[in-house]
Amino acid sequence: MNLLFYISSFVAVAATILAITRFHPVHALLYLVVSFLAAAMIFLSLGTPFIAVLEVIVYAGAIIVLFIFVVMMLNLGKDTALQEKNWLRPKVWAGPCLLVLILLVEMIVLLLNAPDVTMHITVVDPRKVSLSLFGEYIIALELVGFLLMAGIVGAAHIGKQKKKILHRFLN
Amino acid sequence: MPSFTVHTVLIVSAVLFVLGLIGVLTRKNVIFMLISVEIMLNAAGLAFVAAGAKWQQPDGQVMFLFILAMAAAEVSIGLALVLQIYHQHKTLDVENITALKDEAVDEMV
Repeated sequence: MNLLFYISSFVAVAATILAITRFHPVHALLYLVVSFLAAAMIFLSLGTPFIAVLEVIVYAGAIIVLFIFVVMMLNLGKDTALQEKNWLRPKVWAGPCLLVLILLVEMIVLLLNAPDVTMHITVVDPRKVSLSLFGEYIIALELVGFLLMAGIVGAAHIGKQKKKILHRFLN
Repeated sequence: MPSFTVHTVLIVSAVLFVLGLIGVLTRKNVIFMLISVEIMLNAAGLAFVAAGAKWQQPDGQVMFLFILAMAAAEVSIGLALVLQIYHQHKTLDVENITALKDEAVDEMV
């Protein structure tokens, strides 16, 4: 279980680094799938199998399929990769990376200063999760329903193709 | 059986979050920025689940479910916006997307 956690977290970090540095959108998406599957393995080693299954179905399934459909519809190919290669110069990414890494080091130092506790992994089964979800969190669950409804209506409205309105000089 | 500590899980989550943040800050293509936002949401969910697993409570998993629903809604709206941006501007560069005004209003003036 211990080794499983370390291997999967290494794979997750490596795949995420590769995903944010690729030039071709499809390659980035494939590394993103690997990153999500490794995150599912981390969830499994934390004793939450329900969340691991949801991660595979929703993140590595539904969300990635949405991204791949958009990449296919926009026909992003070699031209986009070349353009990305022009945009991503060391002068562009060095400054933000340095500043963010300083913040990361600060956070790790803060984490390591706190007293360390060993994880006692016990499986929290979906039954307890659903009892909590439909008991004390029922209001939040209904709000999530509102949010998804707003998401559907918004996506259908924004994604609608409107008639192109030209300026009167161009008519 | 267990021998890794809470720190390890939280550090992994922080590293993933920082990688997503670097992606948002450095990429200029909108699709790559959306991908990085997904990575950041996933890292935040990992921190919630780790905290829930430490105290053996289901609340962390409940919060991950909410983050999951929010990420799904966010990515569908975001990709619809990306499609519209590409149809109107023929580019995905965030620096070219500066005109928020409506073209119909422009015609009325």
